[in-house]
Amino acid sequence: MSLLEIRDLKVCYGGIVALNGISFDVEEHEIVTLIGANGAGKSTTLRAIMGLIPIAGGTIMYRGEKLNGLDTQKIVGKGVVLVPEGRRVFPNLTTLENLRLGAYLQKDKAVIEANLERVYGLFPRLKERHWQHAGTLSGGEQQMLAVGRALMADPKLIMMDEPSLGLAPLVVKEIFSIIRKVNEAGVTVLLIEQNANVALKTANRGYVLETGTVSMTGPGRALLEDEQIRVAYLGKTR
Amino acid sequence: MSITTILQHSLTGISLGGAYGLIAIGYTLVYGILRLINFAHGDIFMMAGYFMIFSLASFPWPIAIGITLLITVLMGIAIERVAYKPLRSSPRMSIMISAIGVSYLLQNLATYLFTAIPRGYPEIPLLKRIFRVGELSASLVTLLTPVLTIVLVALLMILVNKTKTGMAMRAASKDFETAKLMGININRVITVTFAIGSLLAGIGSILYFTDRMSVTPFSGTLPGLKCFVAAVFGGIGNIPGAVIGGFFIGIVETLLVALGYSTFSDAFTFVLLIVMLLVKPTGLFGEKTMEKV
Ligand SMILES: Nc1ncnc2c1ncn2[C@@H]1O[C@H](COP(=O)(O)OP(=O)(O)OP(=O)(O)O)[C@@H](O)[C@H]1O
Ligand SMILES: [Mg+2]
Repeated sequence: MSLLEIRDLKVCYGGIVALNGISFDVEEHEIVTLIGANGAGKSTTLRAIMGLIPIAGGTIMYRGEKLNGLDTQKIVGKGVVLVPEGRRVFPNLTTLENLRLGAYLQKDKAVIEANLERVYGLFPRLKERHWQHAGTLSGGEQQMLAVGRALMADPKLIMMDEPSLGLAPLVVKEIFSIIRKVNEAGVTVLLIEQNANVALKTANRGYVLETGTVSMTGPGRALLEDEQIRVAYLGKTR
Repeated sequence: MSITTILQHSLTGISLGGAYGLIAIGYTLVYGILRLINFAHGDIFMMAGYFMIFSLASFPWPIAIGITLLITVLMGIAIERVAYKPLRSSPRMSIMISAIGVSYLLQNLATYLFTAIPRGYPEIPLLKRIFRVGELSASLVTLLTPVLTIVLVALLMILVNKTKTGMAMRAASKDFETAKLMGININRVITVTFAIGSLLAGIGSILYFTDRMSVTPFSGTLPGLKCFVAAVFGGIGNIPGAVIGGFFIGIVETLLVALGYSTFSDAFTFVLLIVMLLVKPTGLFGEKTMEKV
């Protein structure tokens, strides 16, 4: 049994088909990446898994349980979290409040404090800035906060929607090294990236999404070598 | 006009303003979360007036107050569930129109049930007890209203800024979807918001009508509009702003009446609205419209 099994997932916006029956698996402790061009349906996939948008067909199984139809907060309660596209930190809340919100469903104060220390360990910068309104953080800091906030929930599966978007190469490197660290600590990662190069290097396996269908799959390194992918997503010429 | 008279009127104005402030909070809270102007809020305040009339007919006043507030809160929550929740993802205009519909519905329901003849508002003797300082005199309710308003606002600010529920409310006011991703139950946050708004409208109603003597099905309309203006004046979405707006309108209105301009006292509110929208649309303490991302 895979940690996450997506079967024949369909999503429509109004009459427009965004996902036309995609299937993929994420095994426990893996890093899996979905790559694809703009509008391929990557964000739609993650939003459907989180129950933010209704699905038109298919199933989303997590540890053998059906997720589709559940409210978002129930899904979060099962240990599935999303770092949304565009960071979406709460600008009117402080860094610390944002982090505490990440642990909203955690009742045990001691666990929350322990998680907070762990996140501060990964992102010392957030500790320095804990009093600052998140809206005034830099883009990189906001992304760290978005990831840290998701980790506060102590997730089993963390999904990230383009965590490297708009960040300087050095910050991208930092974020990805954190992703690996988090994964080594036992958290399964489902990663969406425009930056297919880094994503495929980091991931155990990858899926290529093309206008609502999965067109290719394989180990990250293999996809990285693939001629078609090199041309389409890595900007290499033949 | 003598100093005593001015002070006397100011006292009345401050008290009226306190009641306005409590009602204005309801507008501002609901707007903050749903970006909805809850046009039915003034009518909830009016209904609370009737609830008090009927519960005080059968129960001693402390219990009657409890019953009135409870029913008012339940009504506020029910209105949101029935009339607003199904429209939450519709264009904002739909839910606004629904709110106007609920407002008329409540007025007509009250007319049907209680007739349009003004009903005497019962007196709670304790609240009506007169205090004198020198030549000034005021009933307990006049003195109590502003104090209670400030205490309630302080409690509300603590709730919003220091508790987990408050944090969830602030998060939801910026971004529903991301709030959901934190595990926040948005429906619960909205219910709590309507409950608080209705509770304060209920308290405001008791304080306001105790000084006014009677209730009609239309008693909520004008105070409702004025409190909406108070909320806009203070910067809609901003809690202390709404209260300051309430005090300001209550005081100016009372002083205008005292000066013999009673015909203009209501118009003043709306002049204030227009001027405010022209000069500083975000209100006194409103934040720059940060788009909901
Ligand atoms: N709310 C919406 N209403 C209508 N169509 C939508 C909506 N959200 C997404 N779509 C459409 O669904 C398709 C998939 O969008 P999605 O956001 O999932 O793409 P993506 O792969 O994440 O792209 P990007 O890399 O640019 O973020 C697109 O054609 C998009 O226009
Ligand atoms: Mg996307």
